[in-house]
Amino acid sequence: MTDVLERPDNQAALKVVGTRPVRPDGADKVTGRATFGADFSLPGMLVGKIKRSPHAHARIVSIDTRKARALPGVKAVVTAADFPDLASEEYEAGESASNLRDLSLNCMARGKALYDGHAVAAVAATSSAVADEALDLIVVTYDVLPHVIDVEAAMAPDAPLLDETLFTEGLETRPQAPSNIAKRNQLTRGDLDAGFAAADVIVVGRYTTAAVHQGYIEPHACLAVYASDGQCQVWSSSQGQFMVRTYCAKVLGLEASDIRVIPAEIGGGFGGKTTVYLEPLALALSRQSGAPVKMVMTREEVFRATGPTSGAVIEVKLGAKTDGTLTAADVVLKYQAGAFAGSPVGAGSMTALACYDVPNFLITGYDVITNSPKVAAYRAPGAPIAAFGVESAMDELAAKLGVDPIALREKNAVRDGVKAAYGPTFRNIGYIETLEAIRDHPHYQAPLGPHQGRGVAVGFWFNVGGESTAAVHVGEDGTAVVVTGNPDIGGSRASMAMMAAEVLGLPIEKVRPIVADTASIGFSMLTGGSRTTFATGMAVTQAAQKIVADLRRRAASLWDVSEDQVAWLDGAAVCLDHTKPDLQPLNLAALAAKAATTGGPITAQVSLNAQGAGPGFGVHVCDVEVDPETGNVTVLRYTAAQDVGKAIHPAYVEGQIQGGAAQGIGWALNEAYLFDRDGRMENAGFLDYRVPVASDLPMIDTIMIEVANPRHPFGAKGVGEVPIVPPLAAVANAVSHAIGIRMRSLPLSPPAIRAAIDAG
Amino acid sequence: MSKRHISAVVNGDPVEFLTEPGRTLLDALRDDLGLTGSKEGCGTGDCGACSVIVDGRLVCSCLMLAEEAEGRRVETIEGLAEGGALHPLQQKFLEHAALQCGFCTPGVLVAAKALLDSNPDPTESETRYWLAGNLCRCTGYDKIIRAVMDAAADLRQARV
Amino acid sequence: MSQLDYVAPTDAEAAAKALAGGGAMARALSGGTDLLVQLRSGRLKPGLIVDLKKIPGAIGIRQEAGGFVIGAATPGAMVGEHAALAFAWPGVVEAATLIGSTQVQGRASMAGNLCNASPAADSVPALVAARAVCVIVGPDGRREAPAESIGVAPGRTSLKPGEFVLEIRLPPRPPRAADAYLRSIPRTEMDIAVVGVGVNLILDSAGRVAEAHLALGAVAPTVLLAGAAARTLIGTRVDDSALANLDAAARAECQPISDKRGTADYRTKIAGVLARRAAAAAYARAEART
Repeated sequence: MTDVLERPDNQAALKVVGTRPVRPDGADKVTGRATFGADFSLPGMLVGKIKRSPHAHARIVSIDTRKARALPGVKAVVTAADFPDLASEEYEAGESASNLRDLSLNCMARGKALYDGHAVAAVAATSSAVADEALDLIVVTYDVLPHVIDVEAAMAPDAPLLDETLFTEGLETRPQAPSNIAKRNQLTRGDLDAGFAAADVIVVGRYTTAAVHQGYIEPHACLAVYASDGQCQVWSSSQGQFMVRTYCAKVLGLEASDIRVIPAEIGGGFGGKTTVYLEPLALALSRQSGAPVKMVMTREEVFRATGPTSGAVIEVKLGAKTDGTLTAADVVLKYQAGAFAGSPVGAGSMTALACYDVPNFLITGYDVITNSPKVAAYRAPGAPIAAFGVESAMDELAAKLGVDPIALREKNAVRDGVKAAYGPTFRNIGYIETLEAIRDHPHYQAPLGPHQGRGVAVGFWFNVGGESTAAVHVGEDGTAVVVTGNPDIGGSRASMAMMAAEVLGLPIEKVRPIVADTASIGFSMLTGGSRTTFATGMAVTQAAQKIVADLRRRAASLWDVSEDQVAWLDGAAVCLDHTKPDLQPLNLAALAAKAATTGGPITAQVSLNAQGAGPGFGVHVCDVEVDPETGNVTVLRYTAAQDVGKAIHPAYVEGQIQGGAAQGIGWALNEAYLFDRDGRMENAGFLDYRVPVASDLPMIDTIMIEVANPRHPFGAKGVGEVPIVPPLAAVANAVSHAIGIRMRSLPLSPPAIRAAIDAG
Repeated sequence: MSKRHISAVVNGDPVEFLTEPGRTLLDALRDDLGLTGSKEGCGTGDCGACSVIVDGRLVCSCLMLAEEAEGRRVETIEGLAEGGALHPLQQKFLEHAALQCGFCTPGVLVAAKALLDSNPDPTESETRYWLAGNLCRCTGYDKIIRAVMDAAADLRQARV
Repeated sequence: MSQLDYVAPTDAEAAAKALAGGGAMARALSGGTDLLVQLRSGRLKPGLIVDLKKIPGAIGIRQEAGGFVIGAATPGAMVGEHAALAFAWPGVVEAATLIGSTQVQGRASMAGNLCNASPAADSVPALVAARAVCVIVGPDGRREAPAESIGVAPGRTSLKPGEFVLEIRLPPRPPRAADAYLRSIPRTEMDIAVVGVGVNLILDSAGRVAEAHLALGAVAPTVLLAGAAARTLIGTRVDDSALANLDAAARAECQPISDKRGTADYRTKIAGVLARRAAAAAYARAEART
């Protein structure tokens, strides 16, 4: 379908887009009425629970479920034997391609348990207590194997192997022996050696990050029914009901049309709910038991068994002239993938130098499997980690050159017409403007006190487009409904209604959006990749434009004039023919009342594969104070500027920036997966997995730069992911300046800071 | 296993339910009374999504046994609005866009109401520390704090 | 299936009898903020829960014989609201009100905190430094024991089967006395203390320390009454050199472990830092009183 669109008229006089109406689902959300995944019930519903491996790496010798099946109240027990043994196949249904076999094995282990928490069996019973007892009665015999979790330890030649059939892809010659390195990727430009030879100053750093979890407050939950005729319904909180349908179909060997997935409200996703864990199991249990099965994860299960993002090592070498011009960059990224291949090291590699115009570079990425939960997407997957290394190294370079950190970025900034490190040529980007916005902000000039430090960092994310379908239906009274297939994780449904209202010329209260199930709207790629406002918004806008064209035709027919004599202004058809001055404008209500006689129901649907998503840039500045005796860090002030294209609903764009910054601050300061010697997570709860609390943060000031993306009807760029990319280095740079010691490992916990100070 | 009969007052109305020992008040509210507004985010009292007010005190309902509700007065998110009229806190949350996914919102609103009942004029710091037990992963707390303080100002005005 | 029963007796002796009858499978319940977490995790599978909250005086604070008596199930929030207690024992009150979130404060009790016997419990160092005494009720009657004698190892108390703490007594306060409690946590709230220090000082009329008590939390299997460290303050005005000595002495008494919350080395250093800061705070408070 078309990807370049005509702009709606009156771009300069927008009436709805750019305002801040109350969100359409707001009343339900503030009264507790909104239904999330765990809030659904059906008569005869069973409780489903999962038996999980207590070992980080083990061969599953046998699973004996007889006693569990015999327990009164147990209605179904499943293991890998109840799922087809899938062949390895790459399939794109989530945020990036997934290997279906790996996905299936992650949902239910087959032959080997690959991390502590890996599902090995599941039960459905008449109550939670009976289900728990049934799990205890399942006897699993393991042959425990040595495990490996640290990424460099997993890369070592003598590391325990998770998969004896895995040979590293992407090397010049295929290796002789298997390893845990699934893939190596490389991006190159120019002549690296010549670039470093031309440098006056060189900076080298090795940086490390720990695995961190998306930390959504709502645990995974679903309710599934597999009827006796093979038709299935699933209520699930996910980032994509079509993704859930596809994965369930593939993992269970079912047909897509037999599965109807109804999206529940979702309590946070951030990428972590772009895959399935429970739904195929719930369906299998429902199939066996003949009853609906509800499955809700505990918080401990969320941490132990759903994807965090990678822990990583980032090695950066930068070369520059004394005037700050970068001559060369060498970046090596080593990312944990968890139990199955597929870390976001590819995206990390592509974004690592995206903000810089560097003539010579080599970026090498390693995707490494480890005995930890399979990593899942986490908001700009891969980019924050790479940015932590590069932005810290740039800060070290600025210090070495005696140059202001923003001036150093400006000197080397990508601009329109520059070829990005990852390939395409940048157009209509607002990076320079974003740098200037921070440079000129009072925060940047504010004085600092003792033990205080300021850090600056920049970040980039591509944002994607992809397939979306939207429908707009006009009711008999001229009000409208907008139907899309994208779960609302950040306020997008408000933006959909706003864009439709703008085109139709209706006040926002007369346009209601709904998020429909897989049987009630055409295909949409999931909510992720900062795509919804862009791609689904494009589909919504085009559908509304089709309605307007249809309304003009109907008015023309009623007035007996040609269509080119009818304009659509302020929500009404207006006759442009001066010879017919008595024709009063016909608004939506008037035309809707005559729908039957002018062609039938007024409705339109658009499906497209949106191209031309605008990449986004962010620049963050952070002030901290460090208690030098305890190592405690206080975040004093935080300002985030971002190139957003066009803020459809400014409050929700601000919210995305603030939320992403807060997650990045947590990632920098206190969040980390901690494993004991046996490879078990020690802090699988919100007590010791420390996300920021309200008293940890100041107000987060945001600056939205609007350099329009001409490929979107209202100029929007994706905004949700960029904000988590700069904060890791912004905070680390600030702490480093506060204590006068470069901190290269995250998290910057108080003991780590105190130890660095003591070591001098 | 015999169930125990519990009588309590929830959102001003007398209620009765049966529970096995060991179930929490949160379980009873959600599964027995159909009040699914209070959420389970962690089950260990670390996230505040299950916040309710019992006899005037803000508590985590996941840390109370259902039996302990016997004879108690419980207020949940479902009781915050009066009839169809939203409480000023709820209204301000909408105006300030102080929610994104909305999962933590019931708990935050109940906690904020308890704050304003005990301290009608909280500073930003007092508000943040009071709400430290309510985790939000979406908003970074900025708009939540603004909404609470704005509602506090409105409520003080209304009292004048 | 484990059978779990629940009773809420209305007098102390009945509660002791119920606990004794339940044997090893019985657990006392006050605020429940530790017990319910342990129930849920499966760490504890009790047969009987004995709810103390209906015992008269279990919830409440009263003044008796010049001192304060705090009922075993009194929530931290109530402790924080008691103006007279906060004036006499600012350290005990700040410690009690640091346990967990506002929600946890609505339920969690100091007695529960003490009897859960975590070495990192927030209220315990302040109670120990205050020389608090627990009134214990059991099948054989009542007895009293100092707060520091309750925890004997992580998760284990000196209470005999059927015994529970009914109330905590704080001694009368001389005129120039004050206490303080500080803890080290990675965030600003919600964390278990990596180190906790309670200091209790009584000054003479000239402003010198006449009596000093210092307790260290999370640096040993139980909360430590650090007598040697406290003695370094006697006769001083808690000046910089006294604080430096205190720092070293506090560190010397630590026997910490390294765990997911902190390393032994860090805990030791911070114990010294917090001992200094808590002592300075307690001294400033005491000095301000006439």
